[in-house]
Amino acid sequence: MKNVLGALLGAAALLSSAPSLAETTLTIATVNNGDMIRMQGLTSEFTAKNPDIVVKWVTLEENVLRQRVTTDIATKGGQFDVLTIGTYEVPIWAKKNWLVPLDNLGADYDVADLLPKIRDAVSVSGKLYAAPFYGESSMTMYRTDLFQKAGLTMPDKPTWDFVISAAKKLTDKEAGVYGICLRGKAGWGENMALLTAMANSYGARWFDEKWEPQFDKPEWKKTLATYVDLMKEAGPPGASSNGFNENLALFNAGKCAMWIDATVAASFVTNPKDSRVADKVGFALAPNTGLGKNANWLWAWNLAIPAGSKKVEAAEKFIAWATSKDYTKLVASKEGWANVPPGTRTSLYENPNYLKVAPFAKPTLASIDAADPNKPTVQPVPYVGVQYAAIPEFQGIGTAVGQQFSAALSGSTSVDAALAAAQSSTEREMKRAGYIK
Amino acid sequence: MARMATNRRVAISTVGAWLAGFLIFFPILWMVLTSFKTELEAFAIPPSFLFFHWTTENYATVQERSDYIHHALNSIIIAGGSTLIALLIAIPAAWSMAFSPTKRTKDVLLWMLSTKMMPPVGVLVPIYLIWRDFGLLDSLTGLVIILCLGNLPIVIWMLFTYFKEIPKDILEAARMDGATIGRELIYVLTPMAIPGLASTLLLNLILAWNEAFWTLNLSTLNAAPLTVFIASYSSPEGLFWAKLSAASTLAIAPILVLGWFSQRQLVRGLTFGAVK
Repeated sequence: MKNVLGALLGAAALLSSAPSLAETTLTIATVNNGDMIRMQGLTSEFTAKNPDIVVKWVTLEENVLRQRVTTDIATKGGQFDVLTIGTYEVPIWAKKNWLVPLDNLGADYDVADLLPKIRDAVSVSGKLYAAPFYGESSMTMYRTDLFQKAGLTMPDKPTWDFVISAAKKLTDKEAGVYGICLRGKAGWGENMALLTAMANSYGARWFDEKWEPQFDKPEWKKTLATYVDLMKEAGPPGASSNGFNENLALFNAGKCAMWIDATVAASFVTNPKDSRVADKVGFALAPNTGLGKNANWLWAWNLAIPAGSKKVEAAEKFIAWATSKDYTKLVASKEGWANVPPGTRTSLYENPNYLKVAPFAKPTLASIDAADPNKPTVQPVPYVGVQYAAIPEFQGIGTAVGQQFSAALSGSTSVDAALAAAQSSTEREMKRAGYIK
Repeated sequence: MARMATNRRVAISTVGAWLAGFLIFFPILWMVLTSFKTELEAFAIPPSFLFFHWTTENYATVQERSDYIHHALNSIIIAGGSTLIALLIAIPAAWSMAFSPTKRTKDVLLWMLSTKMMPPVGVLVPIYLIWRDFGLLDSLTGLVIILCLGNLPIVIWMLFTYFKEIPKDILEAARMDGATIGRELIYVLTPMAIPGLASTLLLNLILAWNEAFWTLNLSTLNAAPLTVFIASYSSPEGLFWAKLSAASTLAIAPILVLGWFSQRQLVRGLTFGAVK
């Protein structure tokens, strides 16, 4: 009797566990950006086509996510099956063999349709290690009404000289309108993204060909001095604590005549639900100094599979779905063309439906095309990356330098002292890491 | 005349206390108000205090996107579990240090406190590897253990201070009446130290509830508490203050209610010994 009961219980257990044996659960780590939240909302469309896959999301703030997934991938913790990572991580992690090359995204994936600059940024030795979900550069956003009132015309490719003189002319501190809003908050992805891109346009570079830091060179002094003077004269008060979101709020409230920042901001500032100046915004490339490089960066959020994952096949299916042309069409059909993830595929910028609703599409594409992560500066450099150097040490170094530059902006240190401190701290870290002796 | 002066002093100190209380409470009030604003109003310059378009859409969005109950239950288990286990270990430890000190007791106490001076990120990788090998990643057990270990020095220190205030003679009298160590701890020491125990329990519950480093780094989905729930609403690119405020209000609500109801014990415990 006992045996029969045992056999029955065993059979029941087997039967009840049978469906779950066939199911693959994918844990996907991502950031809390609008396009990612939209992707989460559309997960059911993917699982309807792949009933054997269950998708679970872990959404975290960017810096928390970066620390979380870096710890997990470095220790082979195996907590995630798909990671959302930036263009900074892709080459570093691919070289450490932490990522699975994406060779099997399907015949209809159309890799050739990916924007060449973005594809380069997520490939190592010609192999794709992450699939871009959305891409961005930076550009100049400006108030057409204020420019018209002041009798100014923004060129398509403005120079820093023009931007500086226009910013000074458009500043009306009594009315609470500032000529220009730029990032000042310290951080390698905050003020240093802007300042590194700006330095590129002034002919500066982080390191020379022998990895020697270059903050003691005149190009960096010109960059930082111009930035600090401009912000003191034509920037909003307390700019040293302003990042993307703070400047977005200022611009949307009508407090900035110009704002140079991520191209994704374009959809926020032209959305009447979020912005008081939605119908008064124009776009131009990021400024230059005539040396051949604009002050614009290149970034993409990408989906990748950690090496050692036991669910590679299901993860590849998901990545192929989320970064495909069909996904773009799906978002367009559900939420309109203005809400599709931008900056990854050439076909999107040839689509008349998208071009009609996105006045920022062309300047965005031009900005992405103008950035070259393999040749980011006027002079040669040993690193890859436009607004960063893709080496593991950069996060720490970049943030330390960012703090010095933010202090120069707030006035608690001078431009010269900030540059000297940046030079010595970077030298120390590069020596410690073995790049220089 | 003297009475008037006293009344005036009482009035001034009352107003001062209310003002200080309001200032301390203001960030929480601001967060609650922001949770009822639209994203655009949350960022408005100058900010609007009460006269804005009140909306509950942020709470609806948060409910739709996240499983609040799952995260809240995890927080209750992790904070409650780690505090109770810490108390079970700390009561005998503090008893022995307070009533049977050796010449090394002070060193042990200081050593325990010194473990709190190390930044947790310094041991993140070793702990992560150990947790991975023992299958404790993303498990409630793993988080209860790490938070218990993290808070143990504070629990022992607090209890040690409270126990030291209790006259040794009472315990000796109990011993003379034939009480065993266990009975002495349960029937004599614990009832006398209840205000101290209550405040230690509450303070550690709050510390464990708010702990964000380990809970964010060692949990993924199953064991994720409210700290992970909040972290999912912050964004470097986009307007999120109103939704983040709604998520934060929901996250602090249970502990705020608990603190409100137990404030008498908390105050009594924290001032325990001061009036002796």
